[in-house]
Amino acid sequence: MFAVLIRIDAVTKRYDDGTVAVDRLSLDIPDRAITVLVGPSGCGKTTTLRMINRMVEPTEGGILLDGADIRQQPVDSLRRSMGYVIQNAGLFQHRTILDNIATVPRLLGWSKQKARGRAAELMERVGLDGSLAKRYPYQLSGGQQQRVGVARALAADPPVLLMDEPFSAVDPVVRKGLQDELLRIQDELGKTIVFVTHDIDEAIKLGTMVAVLREGGRLAQFAPPAELLSAPADAFVEDFLGADRGIRRLSFFPADALELATGPLVPLDADAERLAAGADAPYLLVTDAEGRPLGWAEPGVPLERDRLLDHGRPFRPGTDSLRTALDGAVLSPTGWAVAVDGEGRAVGVVSQRAIGEAIRAAHGRAATAVEAAR
Amino acid sequence: MNVLNLVHAFFGDGAHWHGYDGIPTRLAEHVTYSLEALLIAAVIGLPVGLVTGHYGRGGNALALIATAGRALPSFGLLVLMVLWIGLGLVPVMIPLVVLAVPPILVTTYEAVRTVDPSPVDAARGLGMSEARVLFRVEVPVALPLILSGLRTAAVQIISTATIAAYVGLGGLGRYIIDGLYQRDYEKVVGGAALVAGLALVTLLLFWAAFRLTVSRGVRRSA
Amino acid sequence: MNGFFDLPSDLQYSYLGLVGLHLREALIPVLAGLLIALPVAQLCARFRWIYPPVLGLTTVLYAIPSLAFFVVLIDYFGQSETTVMIPLAVYSLVVLVPGIVDGVRSVPKETLAAAEAMGFGPLRRYLQVQLPIAAPAIIAGLRVAVISSLSLVSVGMLIGNQGALGNMLYDATTYHRPALAVNSVLTTAVLGVLADALLVLVRRLLTPWMPRKGAAR
Repeated sequence: MFAVLIRIDAVTKRYDDGTVAVDRLSLDIPDRAITVLVGPSGCGKTTTLRMINRMVEPTEGGILLDGADIRQQPVDSLRRSMGYVIQNAGLFQHRTILDNIATVPRLLGWSKQKARGRAAELMERVGLDGSLAKRYPYQLSGGQQQRVGVARALAADPPVLLMDEPFSAVDPVVRKGLQDELLRIQDELGKTIVFVTHDIDEAIKLGTMVAVLREGGRLAQFAPPAELLSAPADAFVEDFLGADRGIRRLSFFPADALELATGPLVPLDADAERLAAGADAPYLLVTDAEGRPLGWAEPGVPLERDRLLDHGRPFRPGTDSLRTALDGAVLSPTGWAVAVDGEGRAVGVVSQRAIGEAIRAAHGRAATAVEAAR
Repeated sequence: MNVLNLVHAFFGDGAHWHGYDGIPTRLAEHVTYSLEALLIAAVIGLPVGLVTGHYGRGGNALALIATAGRALPSFGLLVLMVLWIGLGLVPVMIPLVVLAVPPILVTTYEAVRTVDPSPVDAARGLGMSEARVLFRVEVPVALPLILSGLRTAAVQIISTATIAAYVGLGGLGRYIIDGLYQRDYEKVVGGAALVAGLALVTLLLFWAAFRLTVSRGVRRSA
Repeated sequence: MNGFFDLPSDLQYSYLGLVGLHLREALIPVLAGLLIALPVAQLCARFRWIYPPVLGLTTVLYAIPSLAFFVVLIDYFGQSETTVMIPLAVYSLVVLVPGIVDGVRSVPKETLAAAEAMGFGPLRRYLQVQLPIAAPAIIAGLRVAVISSLSLVSVGMLIGNQGALGNMLYDATTYHRPALAVNSVLTTAVLGVLADALLVLVRRLLTPWMPRKGAAR
């Protein structure tokens, strides 16, 4: 699937006081993908990350970057070839935003002008307004600071990005925005990203591959997130994934396989003949003139706009997952979910029962795929 | 006897403005001694403070040295040095430097040690050498405190450099010592006013240095 | 040759007598300075506009050389202990006020509000909440004040032998006995270090909630 870029080979980190932070850990980190290291505190995930840019030196074992031992090149040049993003961003408070981002290009000997030009490009890429360029870090919100941190890490276009709990210190709404932004940037740039978090939801959302570590720095499981959710290796991983992993796993099944019923769709100004056609459906979905859903009505009752039942949150079959579809059905007073197209026009409805069947079918396909992969 | 009258009489006397005992000469001497002592103290205190602060080690040893330095009485040290090595500038410099090193040393150490660790970690991770981390990341942030240590040292030196006159050297202390022996309070008060004025000018200079060297980003986030 | 601790008779005191005198001349001013500094600092913390001018004034006072201070006071108090102690009290005041103001200000608003909500009156709140929380800052100031006061007493030698241990310096020069100067300097320094250690101990006893981890101060 992916070529291996970073090979962590039987690495152990033992501190002077005898504590073992990482214990004979081996991981093949794929090129141009996001690999997430996740686990409870004390599982050695940050230590592992910091060994990749030699902020921590392993006691035993070695790390290969593109086939070569990372100890073969000078430590400063190794680090300059890897972007580094940390919690709280760690911005230099005495430098402007632009100069913060220009740090590594300047270290690499670029001219001030060229480095700043590059920094301005990156501000745009991470979604920062150009007017912030001359500001200082104290003038930015936590989320903005973290964007600067990401831009600074990307400034010299390093092939590798190391991210140590970069989004843990911001509030959930901002965090979601930053996560979406990271996925978008990754789509454009295709970096090899190693991402450390203690948040399993974040790991599942961002990771192409997820390595679950347990206390004492041992690897519990290394798998794509869907496989992690469907087949946790042991009780520790299952427990760490949390109670509703079945529901969360639905995020990985697209909703486009759902069979949509179009019979119950009726416009508000429908005539008697049209209404009679949908009479055998338990509910009718009433739409406006453009076809956008207005709400549910019981068959046989005259259509009145202000007597309709709320239609709940619709899903988009092309882009949303079974999880969104199921959520829509669960929240709907009728137990049916509404499917819409990109313009918000209703394209059909689907019952909880039909979604349940789709889930079973998807599980079956996934199991076959995992078997085949083995 | 009113202090303000004495000050007025002192500065109004034209004789105090000329010659080897004139205000310009004495002021220049005083500034010279003070700058020399501050320079020597900074050359000792700053590097040691920066390096120990950077590695965050040696704090207890520094605290001990600083306490010992503060505990040594400047005046006693001066007399002792004169008895040991004779008159001259060196026996004056020693107590002044001993006085000035502790505030510079301890403040610089604390300033660098307490710099927020996360930018420092980021700087290392981005590939800065240790020297760059110290001078490009830690020092700019620690600068306000480092300057305050130098400022304290400078004001103490200026006030204490008056003792140079006790061992026959010049400086503004001349007016105070001579005034004491001649029972000429006008001279004493005039000398004291000059020293206090010099200290105020020093504070002003440090304020200007702060405005010039400390980044707006540091000033405002402090 | 005389023993290290045998002093010439013109000093009028035994070695230990001078030590006692030195401690008295140095510590009474610090105590006086503290007693004045507490209400002054409280005022500065309460009425913020007072603080900058007070800070400016104290800086000027601090810059006046001790000897000049002594000489000017001779006219009022003669060549006496009082003449030595008044400037030392002023210096102590100057050192203590900013520290105490910062300490008192560092008491979180929530803490004060909580104390008020629990029915603490102003005096009780000051004594039982603000002072203890400001204690580390007060003691940090006291350490500087005590050690510099002990060192400055010696200068009093110049105004009619009011310098306690500093008076040995005069004899050291006139009789050319460097040992007396060594004795004076070392004794003063040892007193300073001991007083400092004592204050650190007091802080630890008063503030058991403070983390112990060594920071140079």
